[in-house]
Amino acid sequence: MTVEPGGATTTAPIEPPDGLIQLLTPEGERIENPDYPVELTADDIRDMYRDLVLVRRIDTEAISLQRQGELGIWASLLGQEAAQIGSGRALGPNDMVFPTYREHGVAWCRGIDPVKLLELYRGVSHGGWDPKEHKFHLYTIVIGAQTLHATGYAMGIQRDGAVGGDGAEAVVAYFGDGATSQGDVNEAFVWGSVFNAPIVYFCQNNQWAISEPLEKQSRIPLYQRARGFGFPGLRVDGNDVLACYAVTRKALQAARDGQGPTLIEAVTYRMGAHTTTDDPTRYRLASELEVWKLKDPIERVRAYLVRTGQAGPEFFADLDAEAAKVGADLREACRTMPDPPPLTIFDNVYAEPTAILRAEREQYAAYLDTFEGAEHGGEPR
Amino acid sequence: MTTLTLSKALNAGLRRALEDDPKVLIMGEDVGKLGGVFRVTDGLQKDFGEDRVIDTPLAESGIVGTAIGLALRGYRPVCEIQFDGFVFPAVDQIVSQLGKMRYRSRGHVSLPVVIRIPCGGGIGAVEHHSESPEVVFAHTAGLRVVACADPADAFTMIQQSISSDDPVIFFEPKRRYWDKGEVEVASGLAGALPFDRAKVALEGTDVTLLCYGPLVRTCLEAAIAARDDGRSIEVVDLRSLSPLDVDTVCASVRRTGRCVVAHEAPVYAGFGAEIAARVTEQCFYQLEAPVLRAGGFATPYPPSRLEDHYLPDLDRILDAVDRTFGY
Repeated sequence: MTVEPGGATTTAPIEPPDGLIQLLTPEGERIENPDYPVELTADDIRDMYRDLVLVRRIDTEAISLQRQGELGIWASLLGQEAAQIGSGRALGPNDMVFPTYREHGVAWCRGIDPVKLLELYRGVSHGGWDPKEHKFHLYTIVIGAQTLHATGYAMGIQRDGAVGGDGAEAVVAYFGDGATSQGDVNEAFVWGSVFNAPIVYFCQNNQWAISEPLEKQSRIPLYQRARGFGFPGLRVDGNDVLACYAVTRKALQAARDGQGPTLIEAVTYRMGAHTTTDDPTRYRLASELEVWKLKDPIERVRAYLVRTGQAGPEFFADLDAEAAKVGADLREACRTMPDPPPLTIFDNVYAEPTAILRAEREQYAAYLDTFEGAEHGGEPR
Repeated sequence: MTTLTLSKALNAGLRRALEDDPKVLIMGEDVGKLGGVFRVTDGLQKDFGEDRVIDTPLAESGIVGTAIGLALRGYRPVCEIQFDGFVFPAVDQIVSQLGKMRYRSRGHVSLPVVIRIPCGGGIGAVEHHSESPEVVFAHTAGLRVVACADPADAFTMIQQSISSDDPVIFFEPKRRYWDKGEVEVASGLAGALPFDRAKVALEGTDVTLLCYGPLVRTCLEAAIAARDDGRSIEVVDLRSLSPLDVDTVCASVRRTGRCVVAHEAPVYAGFGAEIAARVTEQCFYQLEAPVLRAGGFATPYPPSRLEDHYLPDLDRILDAVDRTFGY
């Protein structure tokens, strides 16, 4: 409630003062916002909570596996679970996703086996899933490059007449705060705008691009960048799974309806290191992490479920057991994952192997044969 | 047979591809209403519409990056990079994304994207409009790199490139856009030489002269001039730099015993180096002389008033040929 000049009382938009859209406070209190209605059942919210807990467990397990030498590196999503599960759960079955290399929560929502994610970080593959099957493109490591792929894909949706009406499709391009400085991301915004492409640009602003804080990337809040490109930008509490869900769902529907792109800035925090090779104590204060721990994306949902009586001790105990099993299964799958046969190095360079590739493959196979007990084989692909 | 310029032959090939497959798109700067700065896409937007012949914003990485996305959606985009020197902003998308996606995806993803690049010098242009960056792409596994040299090949090779399920970097010799030649427009692709094969453009017995793109015509003229000196030069148009048709190249060198490679790009670490190594490995006992190279200097492309000194012309190519007879 605010008091207007002249004494009239109005209902102001229910948003925190900095424009952050929030539907669930860090204390677990539900805030209704008429612009972002959420029609989720108790089951739905318990499911979301389950996703949050399980992807955090997968992440924790992966960090441990890296520490034990089973993975070469891991990019942790710790702290960003709500941004990923909220937006991931807002996707329709036909919507297409273009991730960075940290979207383990979105991958989970798209049905990607977490073992496939580990393959990449173990060095067994560059990305082993079929993007068409899961509507989830391969992880992209070059910062921002995938935003252009996403935009082109959205232009393809337009050309297929899949905008507007039943069966309409849209795209979500994920990227981080650092990526907003990349030329490709800015070019993607230009393309998305002038072609009015059915796309949601979902920026997880986790405050840090390795060691560089947001102020090294931007003098204005990132969501305000959208205005200069000619489409709406929104800022959402990225640690609020309900808000991320509602905002993304609405932006996706607008895109499917032909209203063009939206930029969503999900304000969140990278609670861990950039990757397992990084040491954040060199560039940020521990007190900052303590502040963000109070805004933890999982704790607030738990508090909400408990306070409203939608989940009791049995639910949480069962989930703990499930998480332990998911972790144990992942650990086992990682430790028993074989290295690919050496000659697969030559596979899938071209639709058909070239003469030079065939020759190199044969020469290397012959070389391997000079070693006792060498094992290789298979036809080139 | 129809007489067409190389530019018109490309236009006819693109038109045919657009007619044959509704998934084929053309995209680039000024390719629509203007028809491209060299008019290669003239009239195509008028006939196929703005959704298929797309005037894009002015950003090369954006052109290639969105083409990748369209290909992921099932389209076959043909991108125009306006000039050779402007391809560099798109190199991440070409080298790190386009070329590697099939490999990255373990074969799940094909990216049938063609990137047309007018290349080479000789038109008196300002900086960045006369370059020959082919080795950047030939060195990238996953890309096919081809160069047409005459209208007949331009017509067939652009269509073959569009049909390919691999990404193709398609170099067009810009100073030859206005060269005329006979093109079999009616018969289409049936019987055309596969686009990854080299061809003997002129048979000879004394020395093999390897070339591609803009220098094919120069080399043919050199071969004719050499007849006055009693030299029989075999001119081989490589047409494809990746993959390289090693068999055709080596078969010719084994016949002649001598080999010269000519290209506009700098000799240093140029494509001729790859050829020299392969020919030496495979034809060592037939060679009468080392493989020699004629090409650009190890300098940036010079101001255009000096380009006649930079570009290997008929005399410099024949000088290299003469030197192979000095061993």
